[in-house]
Amino acid sequence: MADDPVTGLVADVRVEGRLDARIEARPGEVVSVIGPNGAGKTTLLRALAGLVDAAGEVSVGGVSWTRPPRLVRDRSLGFVFQDQSLFPHLSALDNVAFGLRSRGAPRAEAARTAGEWLTRFGIDDLAGRRPRELSGGQAQRVAIARALAPAPDLLLLDEPFAGLDVGVATALRIELARHLASYDGIALLVTHDALDALTLADSVLVLDEGRVAQTGPPQEVAARPRTEHVARLVGLNVIGEPEAFRSFSPSAVTVSLTPPAGSARHRWHGTVLSAAPHGDAVRLLVGGEPQLIADVTPAATIELDLTPGRDVWLSVKETAVETYARRSP
Amino acid sequence: MTGRGQARTLGRPPLVLLVPGVLAATLLVVPLVTLVVDTPWGSFLDELGTEAVRQALVLTGLASAATVVLCVLLGTPLAWLLARVEFPGRALLRAAVAVPLVLPPVVAGVALVTALGRNGVVGTLLRDTTGITVPYTTTAVVVAHTFVSMPFYVLSVEGALRASGERYDVVAATLGADRWTTFRRITLPLAMPGLLAGAVLAWARSLGEFGATITFAGNYPGTTQTMPSLIYQALQSDPEVARTLSMILLVVSIGILAALRNRWLTTP
Repeated sequence: MADDPVTGLVADVRVEGRLDARIEARPGEVVSVIGPNGAGKTTLLRALAGLVDAAGEVSVGGVSWTRPPRLVRDRSLGFVFQDQSLFPHLSALDNVAFGLRSRGAPRAEAARTAGEWLTRFGIDDLAGRRPRELSGGQAQRVAIARALAPAPDLLLLDEPFAGLDVGVATALRIELARHLASYDGIALLVTHDALDALTLADSVLVLDEGRVAQTGPPQEVAARPRTEHVARLVGLNVIGEPEAFRSFSPSAVTVSLTPPAGSARHRWHGTVLSAAPHGDAVRLLVGGEPQLIADVTPAATIELDLTPGRDVWLSVKETAVETYARRSP
Repeated sequence: MTGRGQARTLGRPPLVLLVPGVLAATLLVVPLVTLVVDTPWGSFLDELGTEAVRQALVLTGLASAATVVLCVLLGTPLAWLLARVEFPGRALLRAAVAVPLVLPPVVAGVALVTALGRNGVVGTLLRDTTGITVPYTTTAVVVAHTFVSMPFYVLSVEGALRASGERYDVVAATLGADRWTTFRRITLPLAMPGLLAGAVLAWARSLGEFGATITFAGNYPGTTQTMPSLIYQALQSDPEVARTLSMILLVVSIGILAALRNRWLTTP
């Protein structure tokens, strides 16, 4: 992944019982970190920042942050917290200027640079406002500007869109994409949202139970997921076999009430757990071994009475299944 | 809903609560009312002008101001250490800091004499090395006041520091701030209400301090005689003067209460 690891991020961090992950990234690269709750995503960011005790090594731009260990304040990083954590007694401008002044900029220069950042985020008219006078989206813009203003080598964003209204999150996602494109450091973005992972990132790192389950370009990870979590995020079924993964789209699944005839290889029996509209179709979640999703027409839903609790058979044609090796090539 | 509306729908307060409640209120209010009523208002200004009262007022003002300054300068760092730094014996130290809150003031005075008295452990050392003796000086008054007032200040500020949380310390560290910068620009401003409340509490405690002061510093007009000491002395010779002086302190106390009313007197 990292062509020139000396100038990028190379980290191998372990937090007892929670995380054991290796990550590499080039300068300018945006890596999205996805995985189910408790997979260690936030722990990874905090370990890189030095906010939790972690064993292992972190080096950024060829400089080790762990040998000798560096204090949090001596690591060139920006951290965008889930809850923004703006200083409540400082104005938006002073919040953004704080990191600049901490790193030695004179007061006037820090204020000027902070003002430019607010302008870049389109909120220069809010410079004098306290955090409690800002909306969620405005506060998150200030928080991102605050993290970016000192030009850190490593930007860590912990679910920056969590808790925002959908419309606000969408607007902010587009803005963030623009800012990240012009940012020449390394950005790590923890997200729950497939859209973030696919639209904002140059590469995706999938964490599962504290370990890296998959890395790769977004398209690759989306097309060939190696964990059920990612498969669900991108709306695919994935089945793990000893040597390979097999994935197929929910629209390729045929639902019937009796065992399907023909090739017996790809058929499963299960119980409908839920049925919800999904675009023009109805998406069924069918419990069984494994748990699968299937898209059916609304007409079929009524005809077959596909309500939760209903026993069904699922089948898929071999031609609709993609098979790929368990390990990355 | 208003309390009045609830009283109508929930019924009258039961006597078993009403009677003791009224008794408690009477006990608190009656002595103060009689003090106000019995104060010889005619000679009030004359009393204020006497040399002894003037000296005691000035000394009380200076000592309480010095006490607050010492509490802020020394107590704020102590509160920060207790709230932010993990060290062995922290829980024990916090308990020790709280002890003077419940310690009878006269015991505090005896403890101070034991430590800083002419033949005290620290006092002897101080006298041998610098020639300074503390007891029965104005310094002793300030030391005694600080001893009894500091816990109020430290516990108030520590509470405020804990409430504002370490969260912002972490944020400041990710922005490259060292701990002193963080303390100055983030921690302290966020804890300011607690600092102010603590300072007022310490000041009020210092104004009324009697037992530790008279034990450790004595009762000499001009150097160690504060208002409470003067009142005590006056009560034995001229109760009217004692009432006048008490009235002055009462007015000051009510002033403090008024300053703090937003904090403690507003009902939720």
